[in-house]
Amino acid sequence: MIGDGINRTEGPRKVAGQVPYSAERRDAGDPLHGFVRGAAIGSGRITEIDTTAAEAAPGVRLVLTHRNAPPQGDLADLGGLHDAKPELVDDRIVRYGQPVALVVADSFEQARAAAMLIEVSYDREPADFDFFAHAGGGEVQDVSAVGDFEQAFAEAPVSIDATYTTPYHFGHPMEPNAAIADWRDGHLTVYLTAQMLNQLLDGLALTLMLDKADITIDSAYVGGGFGSKIGLHCEAVLASLATRILERPVKLAMTRRQMFSLVGHRAASQSRIRLGATADGRLTALGHDAHVQTTIRDDWREPVANVARALYAAPNRLTRRSHVELDVGAPEPVRGPGELPGLMVFESAVDELAEKLGMDPVELRLRNDTQIDPEKNRPLNGRRLADCLREGAERFGWDDRPIVPASRRDGDWLIGYGVASSIRSHWQMATDVRVRIDPAGLVTVQSDMTDLGTGTYTIMAQVAASALNVPVEQVQVELGRTDHPKGWGSGGSWGSGNMSVATDRACSAVREKVFAAAGKGFNDIFAEVRRHFPNGVEAIGHTIGANDDPNYKAYSQFTYGASFAEVGVDAYTGEVRLRRMLGVFSFGRVLNAKTARSQLLGGMIWGVSAALHEGGDVDPRYGHWVNGDLAEYLIPTHADIPAIDAIVLDDFDEHANHMGVKGIGELGAGGTGGSVANAVYNATGVRVRDFPITLGRLLPGLIARG
Amino acid sequence: MKAFSYDRAGSVNEALQLAARPDAKFIAGGTNLLDLMKLGIEAPVHLVDINRLGLDTIEPTAEGGLRIGALVRNADLAADMRIRRDYAVLARALVSGASGQLRNKATTAGNLLQRTRCPYFYNTDMPCNKRRPGSGCAAIGGLSHNLGVLGISDACIATHPSDMAVALRVLDATVEIAGARGAARTVPMADFHRLPGETPHLETALREGEMIVAVTLPPPMGGTQIYRKVRERASYAFATVSVALVAREGRIERVAFGGLAPKPWRVDANGSAGEVADAALAGARPTPDNGYKLDLARRTLAAALADAVRLEAGR
Repeated sequence: MIGDGINRTEGPRKVAGQVPYSAERRDAGDPLHGFVRGAAIGSGRITEIDTTAAEAAPGVRLVLTHRNAPPQGDLADLGGLHDAKPELVDDRIVRYGQPVALVVADSFEQARAAAMLIEVSYDREPADFDFFAHAGGGEVQDVSAVGDFEQAFAEAPVSIDATYTTPYHFGHPMEPNAAIADWRDGHLTVYLTAQMLNQLLDGLALTLMLDKADITIDSAYVGGGFGSKIGLHCEAVLASLATRILERPVKLAMTRRQMFSLVGHRAASQSRIRLGATADGRLTALGHDAHVQTTIRDDWREPVANVARALYAAPNRLTRRSHVELDVGAPEPVRGPGELPGLMVFESAVDELAEKLGMDPVELRLRNDTQIDPEKNRPLNGRRLADCLREGAERFGWDDRPIVPASRRDGDWLIGYGVASSIRSHWQMATDVRVRIDPAGLVTVQSDMTDLGTGTYTIMAQVAASALNVPVEQVQVELGRTDHPKGWGSGGSWGSGNMSVATDRACSAVREKVFAAAGKGFNDIFAEVRRHFPNGVEAIGHTIGANDDPNYKAYSQFTYGASFAEVGVDAYTGEVRLRRMLGVFSFGRVLNAKTARSQLLGGMIWGVSAALHEGGDVDPRYGHWVNGDLAEYLIPTHADIPAIDAIVLDDFDEHANHMGVKGIGELGAGGTGGSVANAVYNATGVRVRDFPITLGRLLPGLIARG
Repeated sequence: MKAFSYDRAGSVNEALQLAARPDAKFIAGGTNLLDLMKLGIEAPVHLVDINRLGLDTIEPTAEGGLRIGALVRNADLAADMRIRRDYAVLARALVSGASGQLRNKATTAGNLLQRTRCPYFYNTDMPCNKRRPGSGCAAIGGLSHNLGVLGISDACIATHPSDMAVALRVLDATVEIAGARGAARTVPMADFHRLPGETPHLETALREGEMIVAVTLPPPMGGTQIYRKVRERASYAFATVSVALVAREGRIERVAFGGLAPKPWRVDANGSAGEVADAALAGARPTPDNGYKLDLARRTLAAALADAVRLEAGR
């Protein structure tokens, strides 16, 4: 049962259009429609705002600006994702696109038309929008040092010292951020597309200055998150403010273009990576200095340099981070925070070292493998990086790789192979799950967990069905409400671990109650429930947080993978096309082979995207997102992704938890981008250290033909 | 979106009359106009739907060419056997553009009239001489990696995004235009799109109150016809550089570039790919972001010629 690749339980209803996403919910009746007017400047003050025409426009019910917005909780100093996020507070503009007004009207079109009628005058102030003009500098934080890195690096027989950059990234799930807020009888219900409900509830209550008990967030179905629905954003806040004023449900759905400025982004980064090794490829010095964007108000710092801390052995190590505060809006977690950009650049550097050593890049990685966390000196439980590399090399046909860069052709295509390792922190957060059995023959699993479309409903049903020995069809999973038992939602790749442990424990507790009542063993739990619990029986199961779990003191918990890519680069034009790709992953036990594979494949595609396509561009003069739509912010199309494959080394990690389960959400992306970049180098002999690898960056090194 | 009137015209004359009102616009496939209206870039007061005018057939001409109705959908044009056989560069250009869904809606005339994809044109918070004449050009001095290097001006560095137009230019097509009171005229593709100069908001030779009724292709010119489009991903992106090429016996006969200029950039030159590219790129004014397009244009022409040689060898 557990591990079976069953179809998603809600799949048929989804493809039949019977599952409403937040903006489609009509639980509160037909809503009014909001539209945000965003600031046209990146920094300064509103000098005048004239809403007369908007207020007189057809269908308009409300125009909110900083002049009439209700009082809200104070913006926290260095606020986190779930602190108060008041909107329309004053005349100050701190980022391009920041809401300066909310219009609520009978229809979306009326609200948008009226929002365009608002006349806003600004006083621009000097600002700093240009990350790439800041080469490092700033206070050094999050330092991890072992041994004497500088001396070891200086003395290393073979070394590389290379600087890489990665651009801004955006989450951009299929379902845009949206909320319907409904204030009635002194209670606020927000139908919100979200990842972490209980934490958003904290932020929303602080912002609205309401008791948490007076707010329910409902996020039953979510069309993808990628981090964009972890933090509290204006759609929830402004829709809530408006429904309280109008006493009608108010919907606020962001347009795709608005998502660039109303939701946070992954910070751009610059990394200097220094590696020193012996002539036979043993790392003696491992250094990663990362520099990232943030703002003066936010505490999120993309942990780009952290990926190297447990990846390879080396006696002398130095990883650290600095940041620059810019006026481009808040950085937030986006798919594989730290790991996706960090591994892409670090694994590129490892490839550079392998070439300098004249070593097989797989062999170099194997030679520096470790079973002990090289910075915390404790076991790396379930570390099967070497197995992933070996299995992948075998299946991919790595032995057939072009050893000399730019040495293999297929017609006009230059062919290259690349490899990269993946590592991802496995976290565990305090989580409660309720399991209930009704005499009618129904098991209900309840939690404030969300299903981002990745299969949480399905795997929870599988875990409960296994634990209770009942068919999956008799398990109903109810997720996505803040009045359910609380956990930490979807994010950090911790959902399946947190949830399967708590669900299994809740099932055990229910079984014990039934066993106690029956006084003997039983085969049919429903029969015993009918006999002894006419009103049903239930129990709460609990997962303890990592900080309280001895496993997290005794072990360093990670998941692992290896990615192999083959690219073709057109010898004439420099166009890069992925030809095939294989990921091999190890993360303990698989809960559902089908949903796990889908999630891994999706992650791998994001890795391709980061290497070749994605990057948000800020205009250094105006501070706006220049390529702020999905025509210009490129992600892979179907034609960019050939047949790719993900293999899982199914296992049971007894040191993770009693279910043997670790998270997989962000592992698929991991180092995938690095394998693609290394393949481009192998194909062309051109090393592009600024991502994504665009034509403009690749062509100067590519010898012209014809 | 501003409120607008909507009328469905039953004939060309009725359409022209309805469009004679101030701030009227024709709508056919709507694949570009509707997006621009949602963003507040276009704000017509009157929309005149011309989808029921007919104008959707491809007919032989007395001269031995083809007359393509203005409302022939891009998908239908690309699939037409005569186009595929005798004007392969056009069929290839069409299928390299947009997506299947968009090509099913988009029309021949609408494709010619689509607006630039310059990201500064698309952002109404930015100055743009196309959107608001005289307001300035934010793209100049901005991020311009996919903007123009040829035919641009100090007022505008936008490119024309059409693939189809590049093929029509290399084929020496003409645009048939109907005007008020039955006046008709033809404009060669060479003159249909204007260079920006100081008036980048004036994009074509079409005058107020006129409409395109057809595009005419001259008799087939034969040769080996290639359309090579280069972009940053495999599909669904506008050209970084494209080449429409007619070659014969391994030599370049005609060539036009897309992605470089405010109009399809035809060059009449003979010689090797390098020599023809030199002629085409003479006078280029790249920005610090888009200088790579010059190298890429040379490479793409060489690639297209190599494709042609291969095709000819295979015959």
